[in-house]
Amino acid sequence: MGDEIERRDKGAVTATVPWEYAAAPESKEIVRIQDRYGLFIEGRFVDPLSGRTFETINPATEETLSVVSEAGPEDVDLAVRAAEKAWESSWRDLPGRERAKYLYRIARSLQERSREFAVLESLNGGKPIKESRDVDLPLAAAHFFYYAGWADKLAYAFPNREPRPLGVAGQVIPWNFPILMAAWKLAPALATGNTAVLKPAETTPLTALLLAEVIQEADLPPGVVNIVTGAGETGAALVNHPGVAKVAFTGSTEVGKIIRRAIAGTGKRLTLELGGKAANIVFEDAPIDQAIEGIVNGIYFNQGHVCCAGSRLLVQESVFEPVLDKLKERLGTLRVGDPLDKNTDVGAINSAAQLSRIKELVESGIQEGAEIYQPECHLPERGFWFCPTLFTGVSQSHRIAREEIFGPVLSILTFRTPEEALEKANNTPYGLSAGVWTEKGSRILWMTQRLRAGVIWANTFNRFDPSSPFGGYKESGFGREGGLHGLEPYLDLVPR
Amino acid sequence: MATDIERVSDQFSSSSAVALLGRVPSVDAVGLEERAASLAKRSIKRESKLWALDLAIRCVDLTTLEGSDTPGKIVAMCAKAVRPDPTDPSIPSVAAVCLYPALVPVAVGQLKSTGVHVASVAGSFPSGLGPLPGRLDEIRAAVEMGADEIDIVLNRSAFLAGRYRQAFEEIVASKEACGDAHLKTILEIGELGSYDVIRRASVLAMAAGTDFIKNSTGKIGVGATLPGALCMMEAARDFFHQTGRRVGVKVAGGVRQAKQAIQYLVLVYETLGAEWMTPDRFRIGASTLLNDLLMQIHKERSGAYQGPDYFTID
Repeated sequence: MGDEIERRDKGAVTATVPWEYAAAPESKEIVRIQDRYGLFIEGRFVDPLSGRTFETINPATEETLSVVSEAGPEDVDLAVRAAEKAWESSWRDLPGRERAKYLYRIARSLQERSREFAVLESLNGGKPIKESRDVDLPLAAAHFFYYAGWADKLAYAFPNREPRPLGVAGQVIPWNFPILMAAWKLAPALATGNTAVLKPAETTPLTALLLAEVIQEADLPPGVVNIVTGAGETGAALVNHPGVAKVAFTGSTEVGKIIRRAIAGTGKRLTLELGGKAANIVFEDAPIDQAIEGIVNGIYFNQGHVCCAGSRLLVQESVFEPVLDKLKERLGTLRVGDPLDKNTDVGAINSAAQLSRIKELVESGIQEGAEIYQPECHLPERGFWFCPTLFTGVSQSHRIAREEIFGPVLSILTFRTPEEALEKANNTPYGLSAGVWTEKGSRILWMTQRLRAGVIWANTFNRFDPSSPFGGYKESGFGREGGLHGLEPYLDLVPR
Repeated sequence: MATDIERVSDQFSSSSAVALLGRVPSVDAVGLEERAASLAKRSIKRESKLWALDLAIRCVDLTTLEGSDTPGKIVAMCAKAVRPDPTDPSIPSVAAVCLYPALVPVAVGQLKSTGVHVASVAGSFPSGLGPLPGRLDEIRAAVEMGADEIDIVLNRSAFLAGRYRQAFEEIVASKEACGDAHLKTILEIGELGSYDVIRRASVLAMAAGTDFIKNSTGKIGVGATLPGALCMMEAARDFFHQTGRRVGVKVAGGVRQAKQAIQYLVLVYETLGAEWMTPDRFRIGASTLLNDLLMQIHKERSGAYQGPDYFTID
């Protein structure tokens, strides 16, 4: 039967039409960025004892946005002591329903000021405004709302156990979802009666500092949340501080390993949410056009700076060609550019360092013999940019199939049977997420029972909800954030 | 009948068409609706907007399909179709007027050498459930009276009962009855129940040789929806990739505002590409839309809105 519909010469004469999307930039006027930020300790912005500062830039233009303090060990010590004091003097013994009021207040402020936060997030991090506006901010607020709801119900969450807070949580977060990660860390910690010292990533400190303003306005008792900015050394000082009872880290597997070694034997509790190399598996009976959208969303969302990104596409060989053709066509319609333009699909790479890492891995893909495809792509001259990229002819032994690229780069592999798909999907040191695309419900269940990944999406990708636990297997870390499971890492559950 | 069909190059044989339906990819409703919603948020440049509004007018099938339509009504509508804005010669004519067969001669008389096509519904519109010979006669009669385009309906009764071959062959026969006139096949997607079925119906009609697939008769509650149109456009795009033939898409039923028309044009641009941004391949069936397009053009040019009484109602 196939003969009748063999491909004819497409013979397309490409018509041109005067069809251009307007630059629709979100106004920067809504955000007031200060020239200089102190550290947020005990409810106030204070100058760093270290005396050191660093500049934070807009990765889309390389312009300096502000000067931020770098917390030294003495500053971290102040912050942890403030958190300890707040915990012992008030927060620990405050009834859950009172803690909840503060969390609800923060959540509402995030909603009210979401436009301001979204613009600042895009300015400082390079992500498209449509993502910060439609994903990061709504989810951050939802997280605070969700955990506010648990604060007075902890006794019901863990029957026959008495939930007790741990003390000071030291929290280190990454640059890919700055405000959302701050929400993921702070909301459960505060809801369970802990106090926190949060260290945002060095390239994206501004929304966390704006959150500090929100926290001030919410009248949170001083010291319950402290925010110390800085780079790796600041983070090390925080996780190694003896006053910290619990460490929560989201970031690279490399740093996760260092942290785990560093705090071994200290009795500190630890959760790690690390890298990933997720398989997005497309079976031949999948809804192909929606799978294409899911593949694009899986890897080009947030420039691929997503730990659970679907960076390995496994396509059943029988539909490889149509999927590849459609994917290439779709890549051509992705709009790369000004993160503040609401028509933009792919924004700026977060930093020069990240850009050079992406370039290095892409180069290795070419060297190892994979075939690269990039659509025609006009990149701005200043700033850090990388064109959406895909590789075909990738095998499991290639670096681009094994290492986390953390950029808009997709590696495509093929498989023949569900068993082969499963074997390839699990054949990675990581295990954070996976995607399965098929119309067959029984196959979804069969796959999800066997995939070793913390989150598995069926016929969708990169979908988040505060009530759904998130976390990894193997080198993607341990512990869960979100949902009921997200409370546990912050509690001592004492048998009644 | 089958031997006749196989000779026509743009058509499939019945058996291969039915087999083709088995290979139509499934559609995920959540994903499709999300994609349609995200495309609806695109904002286009001012110059592009003026061009888009002008194109939208050129793509309009100005429609009246009421039992109460009279020659007087048709004469007035034809005048509006040729000169949508009598005070402004830069406004183009619409693509066609769309009406019942009995009124075709009136429209043909009015539209001679204006470039505006006469489109007639036929084939027991809107149900498609008259006896086939009568439906084909109706098509032939409309064409003989001078209709340039024929809008028929998919036989949903046969299609939904799984009699795909019958539904297919009826469209093939209708195409044959059309002769040189263009055939648009209305799928009535509001009656099909799911996007999977809409996609399958689109493929069936395209394989049968229709020149356009159209979403709705405008006679039932559910008319044009963005995801429904996107689903049909994706089918048309893949059909082009498989066969090299470009089938047009017409949306009708509830497109009343210029903003909606532009959203559909965004879908066309992003899904089918620039080759489809012409009245030969994209149509909007509408009546009240035209004045909103005029109003928006005036607003883009002058910066101010005019009252509705400054736009003629015909």
